[in-house]
Amino acid sequence: MNTTEVKGRSLWSDARRRFFQNKAAVAGLIALTLIVLISFIGPFFAVWSNEEIDWDVMGSAATLGMPSFASGHYFGTDDLGRDLYSRVLQGTRVSLMVGVIGAGISVLVGTVYGTVAGYVGGRTDQVMMRIVDILMSIPFMFVIILLLVVFGRSIGMLFLGIGLLSWLDMSRIVRGQTLTLKNKEFVEAARATGVSTPTIIRRHIVPNLLGIVAIYATLLVPAMILTESFISFLGLGVQEPLTSWGALISEGAGTIRYDTEWQLIAPLIFFVITLFSFFFIGDGLRDALDPKDR
Amino acid sequence: MLNYTFRRMLVAIPTLLILIIVSFLLMHAAPGGPFTSERPLPAQVLANINAKYGLDDPLYVQLWEYLQGIIFHFDFGPSFQRKDQTVNQIMAQGFPITFIYGGLSFIVATLVGGTLGIVAAVRQNTIIDYFAVGVSIGAQVLPNFVMAPLLVWLFTLTLGWLPGGGWNGGHWPNLIMPVIALSTSYMASIARITRSSMLEVLNSNYIRTARAKGLPERTVILRHALKPSLVPLISYLSVAFVGMITGSVVIDIYFSTGGMGVAFVNSALNRDYSVMMGITILIGALTILFALLADLLYAWVDPKIRY
Repeated sequence: MNTTEVKGRSLWSDARRRFFQNKAAVAGLIALTLIVLISFIGPFFAVWSNEEIDWDVMGSAATLGMPSFASGHYFGTDDLGRDLYSRVLQGTRVSLMVGVIGAGISVLVGTVYGTVAGYVGGRTDQVMMRIVDILMSIPFMFVIILLLVVFGRSIGMLFLGIGLLSWLDMSRIVRGQTLTLKNKEFVEAARATGVSTPTIIRRHIVPNLLGIVAIYATLLVPAMILTESFISFLGLGVQEPLTSWGALISEGAGTIRYDTEWQLIAPLIFFVITLFSFFFIGDGLRDALDPKDR
Repeated sequence: MLNYTFRRMLVAIPTLLILIIVSFLLMHAAPGGPFTSERPLPAQVLANINAKYGLDDPLYVQLWEYLQGIIFHFDFGPSFQRKDQTVNQIMAQGFPITFIYGGLSFIVATLVGGTLGIVAAVRQNTIIDYFAVGVSIGAQVLPNFVMAPLLVWLFTLTLGWLPGGGWNGGHWPNLIMPVIALSTSYMASIARITRSSMLEVLNSNYIRTARAKGLPERTVILRHALKPSLVPLISYLSVAFVGMITGSVVIDIYFSTGGMGVAFVNSALNRDYSVMMGITILIGALTILFALLADLLYAWVDPKIRY
């Protein structure tokens, strides 16, 4: 008798293999890792901090503020003579943080809300989803700006505002998935053997939701970054000396008439590469984890 | 259908009321009243002004007055910062401009995006398809606030073809860049959605039947495949509509087109709460109305959907 055990392949190792076969997704992952590394390690190589003003350059950024290694301004300076390299790295950290935390809030709130609505079902489900419908048809960008103005502009308020809008889609997706899972045989078996509802949700429903939640969370990060950039572009987001991609792009866009295009290009490159990476990783995850394509 | 329309309206109306009430309460949660300033007014004057505007009434009375004003007279009250103007006047200045270029962007995005998506699906895996897919992937990372400066850089500063901003009574050279900047990312999404739904339709059985009957490819696509492949687009159109209205704020700021976005951002920076609320509520009403229309259209077009 053959006693060598066949080594089982788990869902996750299968998914990992499929993910790493996707070239665009792997490229996205590498690019994103590089951006994160640069934003955290890069400041050690900076000559100027993000708040220091190079008084020689101030006022003549178009002629003296060019990107150059000699002056230590690798990406050039802005109109006030502040080092763009340090500012872009600092903005990158803020934007990434907003994206990741925003997506995190939405994962937590959306998963809990969606699972409860889907699993409990009936009238509870109807009421909970009606609330989501109502919240979804509110023009959220305007409400976030209203919040920021009324309660003062701060990163905390920005997180709250973005968190308020971000979980809605997630809760719908999770609810839909829960509804299909709920009627599967293994859940029925668990119920028949007398497992309590919270345990069923924790042990049987949530682990099976992880795939779809991971996909949408990856796609939510760029969405959050876009929202934050939009608000910061209007000058209503993060406050100086802190900055973010939106604020930097806004500055660069405002001064492009004075031949200082690097002020736009430097933050834009980081912005574009990061968004692309997240989209590609999200697509790769979808291909790897979505049970439909198996 | 009538029943569904009625039920759908039952959601739309409370949504609007909630929006109005939330923004009203937010405004009153803000520190300081509309007439507190650096140089404090004499107490008696302040009390008189507050009495004139009804600001000394209890909150629910004020809310009721405000709601009544909006519902029965379409009156959003006075501006708190620009003392000689009402919120209605400020909105009436900007709205037509926003409406013109926003509407144009919406039409451009739908037509160009839809055409691109259909052509890409029909000519799947040809150079046209790759081009369309490439454009729609690329445009994902080009939101309006990135497109606007890039367009100005190219067409105004480098080529010198188009004016870099201003409204100029809606003269067409002033319209081109705002419309492109506003529509690009939505055009891309519309192209992507249309392409995938068209592909799905083209692989369905009844299309195979139509081809088997020997119908010319033109007829198969225009008569049989086109209409059902546009159904998924309907629900996206209301999303695109909201996005464009929101994006118009960026356009107004960057191109100085003088639409509603300028009034909104200025009121946000000057804490002119009544103007902010007015614009938020007006846009909210439009959003809700549009979502309602899209849902009804969806239910009407697709007989498979039963509510």
